[in-house]
Amino acid sequence: MKIMVAIKRVVDYAVKIRVKPDKTGVETNNVKMSMNPFCEIALEEALKIREAGLASEVIAVSMGPPQCVDTLRTGLAMGADRGIHVEATTGLYPLNVAKIFKRLVELENPGLIFLGKQAIDDDCNQTGQMVAGLLRWPQATFASKVVLDKEKQVATVEREVDGGLETLSLDLPAVITTDLRLNQPRYATLPNIMKAKSKVIKKYTPQELNVDIRSDLEVVQVTEPPKRKAGVIVSSVDELIEKLKNEAHVI
Amino acid sequence: MEKWRMTHRFIRHSSKLLFDRRSNLNSHNIVPSPGFAFHRYFRLEECNFRRCFGSVATVIERNASFSTLNSDDVSYFKELLGEKSVVEDEDVLLTANTDWMRKYQGSSKLLLQPKTTHEVSQILKYCNSRCLPVVPQGGNTGLVGGSVPVFDEVIINMGSMNNIISLDKVSGILVCEAGCILENLISFLDNHGFIMPLDLGAKGSCQIGGNVSTNAGGLRLVRYGSLHGTVLGLEAVLANGDVIDMLGTLRKDNTGYDLKHLFIGSEGSLGIVTKVSILTPPKLSSVNLAFLACEDYFSCQKLLVEAKRKLGDILSAFEFLDNQSMDLVLNHLEGARNPLPSSMHNFYVLIETTGSDESYDKEKLEAFLLSSMEGGLISDGVLAQDINQASSFWRIREGLPEALMKAGAVYKYDLSIPVEKMYDLVDEMRIRMGQTARVISYGHLGDGNLHLNISAPQYDDKILALIEPYVYEWTSEHKGSISAEHGLGLMKANKIFYSKTPETVQVMGSIKKLLDPKGILNPYKVLPQSLSSYH
Repeated sequence: MKIMVAIKRVVDYAVKIRVKPDKTGVETNNVKMSMNPFCEIALEEALKIREAGLASEVIAVSMGPPQCVDTLRTGLAMGADRGIHVEATTGLYPLNVAKIFKRLVELENPGLIFLGKQAIDDDCNQTGQMVAGLLRWPQATFASKVVLDKEKQVATVEREVDGGLETLSLDLPAVITTDLRLNQPRYATLPNIMKAKSKVIKKYTPQELNVDIRSDLEVVQVTEPPKRKAGVIVSSVDELIEKLKNEAHVI
Repeated sequence: MEKWRMTHRFIRHSSKLLFDRRSNLNSHNIVPSPGFAFHRYFRLEECNFRRCFGSVATVIERNASFSTLNSDDVSYFKELLGEKSVVEDEDVLLTANTDWMRKYQGSSKLLLQPKTTHEVSQILKYCNSRCLPVVPQGGNTGLVGGSVPVFDEVIINMGSMNNIISLDKVSGILVCEAGCILENLISFLDNHGFIMPLDLGAKGSCQIGGNVSTNAGGLRLVRYGSLHGTVLGLEAVLANGDVIDMLGTLRKDNTGYDLKHLFIGSEGSLGIVTKVSILTPPKLSSVNLAFLACEDYFSCQKLLVEAKRKLGDILSAFEFLDNQSMDLVLNHLEGARNPLPSSMHNFYVLIETTGSDESYDKEKLEAFLLSSMEGGLISDGVLAQDINQASSFWRIREGLPEALMKAGAVYKYDLSIPVEKMYDLVDEMRIRMGQTARVISYGHLGDGNLHLNISAPQYDDKILALIEPYVYEWTSEHKGSISAEHGLGLMKANKIFYSKTPETVQVMGSIKKLLDPKGILNPYKVLPQSLSSYH
């Protein structure tokens, strides 16, 4: 069984986000870019399953500008067997990504797809669900534990929900999106970085895959959240109560 | 909350320790109970034993020529600074009287928080006329007892002087007040595309004035040099209250003696630094970090030579730790994760590169690492793929002092030794200490700076006798320095002769006498007792 994993190149988790002065988006020039942390978790889970002998191959997929190859190399250095890069210089929205993914699934026939539950740049949390919908496959989102039964072709997935844990059982092939506590991704070791250099990254364009990437969405404006106001020190209990009543309107 | 709990545990631990010593010394037959309050020990003042466990037991007596604080003094300061800036609160004073390692404990009754250079000047002028000793204090993160009072010195806390005065965005010259916290300066500069030329583990608390006064080194020294190079000017207040304005912002200025250097690294014993002008390098976008394993010390050395040759233009840090250090971090530092878990290695090296071209730098570093691996210098390694991973690698190296504190008692030595001989001392110390204590070593290999730490369950004079003066003698014999970057403070004031000739120390004494004739500035520290008791 092949496992396909989506990995997205995003502004590094630790970088302070700055909005472009013309409010068309977020500044990405001269900014450190890394693999989306949830995608790292997705890849780690796929690698673990392969190492347990339950899958034969892990394919890492990334979509976007040419630099996505760097992110794919990281994925290959972590242990993915090969990569696919769908090069697109215009912005891709979750539905575009899901459509491209569907085409790739038709080409590669994986038995399982892992995606991060969301990307930390646009926080959409839609792509995994859309991929499952387009493929008409069962889906388990926000996975915190994944157990595969190869014989029965069933995945048992625990998800963190409000009241506790929910356990789902899915027939393969299926789509699973990964949450933070699923695992701790491995580091890229030097021997593996060396090996990754000779691994294959296949390149496609959306046109080659016959996917129309026009979008029905239009970004009107991107702005920063309002700055938090500094706190004040009240001088008496009466003043506190007065402020809670008349300013905060909570009592 | 966690920190609070830790502190309390530590206080309990150290108070018990003091108690034991005290009962030994005075044959008091009191049994410590859990409710016994920490500071009650310290209200019993003027006891010399409290310094015994910091370094070799040297009994220091309070300088008899100093006056003691009275209520008129306090009123004068309240008049001068306002009520809020004159602190007599016991809890605040307890913290300010105790150093970060909880090894040194003073009994000051007064802490002042000046807001301007003028206020500092007025305070010193008054103290000098009254012959009241003072101790300047920044973030109180020093490791040699230099930032806390020895007896009842008035604490001058610089934390309220925390304004950034200017940043020249063309030349990168930052002018700020002494009380600015290093991390705040780092984030301020970050917004403008610059970085501080120094970075150290204590950045969240330490202040630039303290950094300059102690000539702090840190992690980036291999790239940006020492503060003697990057500090372009400063303003300092002398003991008599005179303000020496040397706050130049010029890279070149050969007019007369360059006096600012006297205040860099003199640990507040010649004057109080109030403002600093410092050259800050531009922030470069591409930072890469590798965490590597080496099997022997010779490989670490060779790797350093190779790194300087092949990564010269982008190399920004070269740090090492041994397997004992790694073991300690993994056992005592919360959240620490071994980047190379498959097996334990003898040595670990961190190599950081900083440059302007992400893909070029990464390629260059990778090529270097791979060829070093093929050459057998590195046995394993990982390369940080994002900032988060880089922080967790740094956490191991930067978290070592914290892990040592949690592990129990620690004797710290900060030595400059020629790189090729550096680890010989560690091996010799392991043999000397045997089973009595663990020898933990790490440091800035790129600068020939070894941090030698002897970690034991508790402070013990027998252990100390095994370490000192052996470590100092060994270092002196091998033409090293007994203080690479921590300074001398109280711990090593009398040890200066291991690294400096009597003639040199004599000149230092003359300078001290010239600038601070009554010896009120940070007394008992930096220079040996024999020199400073000239009253």
